[in-house]
Amino acid sequence: MSDLKITRRSAFEGLHPIQVEGSVTVAPTPYATRFSFRGDAKAASACSKGFGVLLPNDLLKAESDQGRTAISLGPDEWLLIAPDGEVESLEAAIAKALGDQHQSLVDISHRNTAFTVSGLKAETLLASGCLLDLHISAFPVGMATRTIYSKADIILWRTAPDTFHVELWRSFVPFVWGLLEEAAHEV
Amino acid sequence: MLLIPCPHCGERPELEFRYAGEAHIARPADPSSTSDQEWAEYLYFRSNPKGLHIERWRHVSGCARFFNCVRDTVSDKILKTYPAGQPKPDLAVVLKEAGQ
Ligand SMILES: [Zn+2]
Repeated sequence: MSDLKITRRSAFEGLHPIQVEGSVTVAPTPYATRFSFRGDAKAASACSKGFGVLLPNDLLKAESDQGRTAISLGPDEWLLIAPDGEVESLEAAIAKALGDQHQSLVDISHRNTAFTVSGLKAETLLASGCLLDLHISAFPVGMATRTIYSKADIILWRTAPDTFHVELWRSFVPFVWGLLEEAAHEV
Repeated sequence: MLLIPCPHCGERPELEFRYAGEAHIARPADPSSTSDQEWAEYLYFRSNPKGLHIERWRHVSGCARFFNCVRDTVSDKILKTYPAGQPKPDLAVVLKEAGQ
């Protein structure tokens, strides 16, 4: 057996920062623990106990508490986000809360990564590739959904009136980042 | 761009969706006892109407769920969408509801 040394590399390594003074900033978020949870309403309510945050029943909503977030993506699908390094402890806690209920919990901590888009022109910058109406009346704080930015699947979550959390597969980062960098010249 | 009303997410841009063929086509319960003709009908033969067509769509870049849709193949107008698993709607009723 060869000795493998595996080092974690950020998907944002080597990318130029995107910052337009007084207008918009795009910044990578720290590493995080992430799960994709699938199950019915009963399983979701049990999972809430193990995870420590209520998995929202309403669609396209994010619920956050003490650094943990649950986002309802579809009728039986949630994205769970927690601080880095909690994979094992959360897996155990959720498994315990669920007992023998039918569900699926998949660790996607290394598949997904995320960045924030914040500032007065956050909406405008995202609108360069996002097809949804991002006005606060149509996309309020606490709303979250899977959608597309240009051709990449993203999960868009509005965390504050002028801040969005953008969750995506790490391999899409150079593509999305490049387009945002271009668009930032024009906001 | 066409806006498609997902029964779970509401109106969303068509680029978030994928088309998935005619709806309400049940797989034969016992494939080994069907004739070649029946199996071919199930696999390949579709109604292909000029007018109202009931079809499957998937909101792949949204809630990711499959759902069904009644669309006019002449005008591309979508008259109704509903979650997968619900029975096939009566097209006369759908037309009436859409005010046509
Ligand atoms: Zn949907």
